Amino acid sequence: MEKAPETNPVSPYFSRPTRREALVRLAGAGGVLLGAGAVSRAVWDRGGIGAAVSQHSGTTRDFRLKEGPADFAELAIAKGKADEAGKFPVVEELVRRAVDAVGGMKHFISRGDIVVVKPNIGWDRTPLHAANTNPEVVAAVVKLAYDAGAKLVRVADGSCNEANRCFQKSGIWTAAYDVGAEVILPAEHRYRTTRMKQEVLDEWPIFTPLVDADKVINVPIAKHHNLAKYTAAMKNWYGVLGGRRNRLHQNIDTSIADLATFMRPTLTIVDAIRVLMRNGPQGGNYDDAREMHTIIASIDQVAADAYGCTLIGQHRDNLPYLAMAHKRGIGTMYWENLKVREV
Amino acid sequence: MRPQVTPPSSLDLGRASSSTKKADSRHGHASTLLDVAAIEASAQEHRHSDAHARPIPWVTGRVGAVEALDVATPTLAPTQTPALVEPAPARRDPAAMALAERAATASLNAALGIDEHADFAAVPAGSVPVAGAPKAKPKKIDPKRPGSGIPARKSIQTLVWVRRFSQVFFFGLFMFFLLKTGFRGSFAANQGEAIRLPYPVEAFLLADPFVATMTVFSTHTVYRGLLWSVGLLALTLIFGRVFCGWICPFGTMHHFFAWIWPSNYGRGGSRVEANKTHGYQRVKYYLMYAFLLASLAGSAIGGLFDPICIAVRAIGLGVIPALQYGLGRGLSEVANVPVRPVQTVADKSQDFLATTVWQSHQFYFHQTWFILFLLIAVLFMNRFIPRFWCRVLCPLGSFLGVFARFALFGMEKDHAKCTDCNLCLVNCQGADSPQGGVKWRQDECHMCLNCETACPEDVIKFRFLPNRKSSIQKPDLQRRTLLATAAAGAASIPALRIADSLDANYHAKLVRPPGAVEERGFLERCIRCAECMKVCPNNALHPAFFEGGIEGLWTPILIARIGYCEHSCVLCGQVCPTGRFRKLRKIRSLAVECRRSRSVPPSTIMGAVYRGRCRLRALYAKSFARRRRRRFGWKKSRRKSVKRPLVPPVKRRR
Ligand code: SF4
Ligand code: SF4
Ligand code: SF4
Ligand code: SF4
Repeated sequence: MEKAPETNPVSPYFSRPTRREALVRLAGAGGVLLGAGAVSRAVWDRGGIGAAVSQHSGTTRDFRLKEGPADFAELAIAKGKADEAGKFPVVEELVRRAVDAVGGMKHFISRGDIVVVKPNIGWDRTPLHAANTNPEVVAAVVKLAYDAGAKLVRVADGSCNEANRCFQKSGIWTAAYDVGAEVILPAEHRYRTTRMKQEVLDEWPIFTPLVDADKVINVPIAKHHNLAKYTAAMKNWYGVLGGRRNRLHQNIDTSIADLATFMRPTLTIVDAIRVLMRNGPQGGNYDDAREMHTIIASIDQVAADAYGCTLIGQHRDNLPYLAMAHKRGIGTMYWENLKVREV
Repeated sequence: MRPQVTPPSSLDLGRASSSTKKADSRHGHASTLLDVAAIEASAQEHRHSDAHARPIPWVTGRVGAVEALDVATPTLAPTQTPALVEPAPARRDPAAMALAERAATASLNAALGIDEHADFAAVPAGSVPVAGAPKAKPKKIDPKRPGSGIPARKSIQTLVWVRRFSQVFFFGLFMFFLLKTGFRGSFAANQGEAIRLPYPVEAFLLADPFVATMTVFSTHTVYRGLLWSVGLLALTLIFGRVFCGWICPFGTMHHFFAWIWPSNYGRGGSRVEANKTHGYQRVKYYLMYAFLLASLAGSAIGGLFDPICIAVRAIGLGVIPALQYGLGRGLSEVANVPVRPVQTVADKSQDFLATTVWQSHQFYFHQTWFILFLLIAVLFMNRFIPRFWCRVLCPLGSFLGVFARFALFGMEKDHAKCTDCNLCLVNCQGADSPQGGVKWRQDECHMCLNCETACPEDVIKFRFLPNRKSSIQKPDLQRRTLLATAAAGAASIPALRIADSLDANYHAKLVRPPGAVEERGFLERCIRCAECMKVCPNNALHPAFFEGGIEGLWTPILIARIGYCEHSCVLCGQVCPTGRFRKLRKIRSLAVECRRSRSVPPSTIMGAVYRGRCRLRALYAKSFARRRRRRFGWKKSRRKSVKRPLVPPVKRRR
């Protein structure tokens, strides 16, 4: 086999492929290369990770009424006073009084609306601990919404503790179900990654049942918070977020302001029936909560918080997130400048 | 196949008998094979070599190919072999035994003038035939059936269907309980109500006598619900291993996969071959005794191999989370399709799955790939050996097999009628020798009744109080191997414990669930059933990998980086079948009584408020938390000034 000349191959096994076969093979290799190139070009992510993730952009979810209430209060405070027998008015009555003062539910809700009621159901605590919104308040709001002609009222929140336990222990599941609301527990598949384009909140999973609605009513509970000092309306929007939201606590004031910029509810009804005075947000000790029999209703969530913090002896100047929100023009921290009514 | 039926076998026959020196003629020259005279001669000698005839060591004590067990037609037999020869060679020589038995039956038949295939001919020689006489009417021959086409008894045909339904039902029940092992909450529940599971989700484990025996050996008590296992034992004492054939969910899985999964290699003759009794089936007995001895030495490690534990562990911690992951991602993709109805369907199915099959968030389990891999491996073995797990490894199956010897229900067979068609072996579950010519192995039989349904010759009969002429009741074990393995089991525990995982160099990640008893007591009780890990609503409990050494494999550990423990929950204590949470449970029963009297106002104890719970429990919880902190070095209480309790601390009971 040594020195086998090409013109005279020793064995047929050394014969050259035909021109046709060679071309087909070259075309095959070239085709695969071209295909790979085309696919890579088509899905090439020039901007690096995340640049192409979300097409839904939009910095707010605004559910406010377009025209402000003409001659109604902008901040209403319903305080329950004990009668001679030492009895306090029932919660439903207080809620109705407060809502009527800001224009009545009919003013906010049109017939056939899908209404989301967003209480705080963050913790595996009973109502007595005052860590979650009072179930009676939630039920009262749901009832008012149905009475105003809502097609469907949905109660939902993204809990911090195990959701089933939170919904059950808070009593809100039963209470809302009894008045006909649709209760939606958080589940992974109900979150959708959304671009928020806020200062610290860029892109986050959003709990969709809370934003897919015509009207949104924020029903937080007023309470002490270890990091933010006092939280109610604005901080309640943490329930909208999924993912590792605990890491937002590094920058809690900015993220609260961001969230309040993103979520603009139709109405805010703060539950201050029983207020957690210390060891918030989770509480755990009955002695830490105090009965206040108060409901605050407002169309301005910043003002609602600015007023609410006085309940636990805080001052608005101590709450940086109020100042931030005020500067961004989400609302006013000087609630006295609004039309205030105490009922 | 039978020599009489197919030409190749007849050639076989000739080959085998053309010479007395069988070994020489194994390779069969063509001339010999076609020698008609030789074939004739062999038919006279009733000798042939059956390709599938296998040594059955516990019958004959011999190894290698054995001669024909039975070949002659029944009519020939009586004249050739005197019935009197029966007793002596029966034990040693199955061929002679079969011939003798055939002789006895045939002569009886002849005496009574009964047709060969009449029903009660199956009543073996020696029993009083008169009792069966009235039933003696010829069975309708089914032309679609092979061989003589005698259909199985109606009752047996029905029972086989009952068995199938029973298997589906119990598997469904098991899955139902497994899916209910988790907290899902309810809108109907009152906020004050304690959160408990409504179903006895650990029921299958409570009925498991192997688990019960292990824990009895290690703790010397039968823990609470494990008393149910006596019921299963009773069932076995009446019917044999019906649990295996009719109830066991893990066995049903293997039954199913052995049915749909055989490879090309695993069909037909190879399948028949695989379904014959094999020596390796003893392994499960040795394993079982080793595990029992290990629990006597102080560790319920046998739970690693208990089939119910495996089913809970592998399905609950592996299959369900994996499905959740896959389907969850898939449906999320579908939900992105910009078509309304498609989105709705995807969302609705996600909702449904999240509220019924799994939980609302993905569950993760520590190193669960290994558990899943072992499950798939053992299921895959069904391709080669049907019900490999049940026949070779299952300690619960062998435990029941030990007791099956007392069973009142069992098999009789009429060897004389058997044509060696091996149809009974095709779907045999236990590999317990249902075919004629060999003895049935009661301890291996799953009571599936497939063999009697399949037999076209009316050989096999299941009945109460059968005679034991053609059955072996006891597992056939080699005494020395048994002693060696049992000793190994007992020795393994000290051997494992001198490794530095328990007394010294305790792994920092080995944090036990709340309420766990002290570590040695824990290892005595925990059967690695994974119920607690499945139920934990916060995904806090995980199967340990090798953090606790080999002995700690798959025992629960709390991994706080994945989930936290909600201290008012104690669901893991509720589902644990073996009482490693014993103390917590005791206190809870006290608390139940307290809760009845709702008048008790909330009490503050050492800074925490307890309502609807008795103070005893509150105090206990406090002191428990303190001990736990001390034990695991958990964070100290932040409260510096400890208030005096309202009532003096109660001494720990027991
Ligand atoms: S042998 Fe074991 S796994 Fe198989 S059916 Fe019986 S108990 Fe179940
Ligand atoms: S016992 Fe089995 S091998 Fe014998 S005839 Fe019946 S089915 Fe065939
Ligand atoms: S008590 Fe803790 S570890 Fe046990 S199931 Fe509940 S949350 Fe999980
Ligand atoms: S501690 Fe967990 S794994 Fe162990 S026996 Fe109890 S429930 Fe099963």
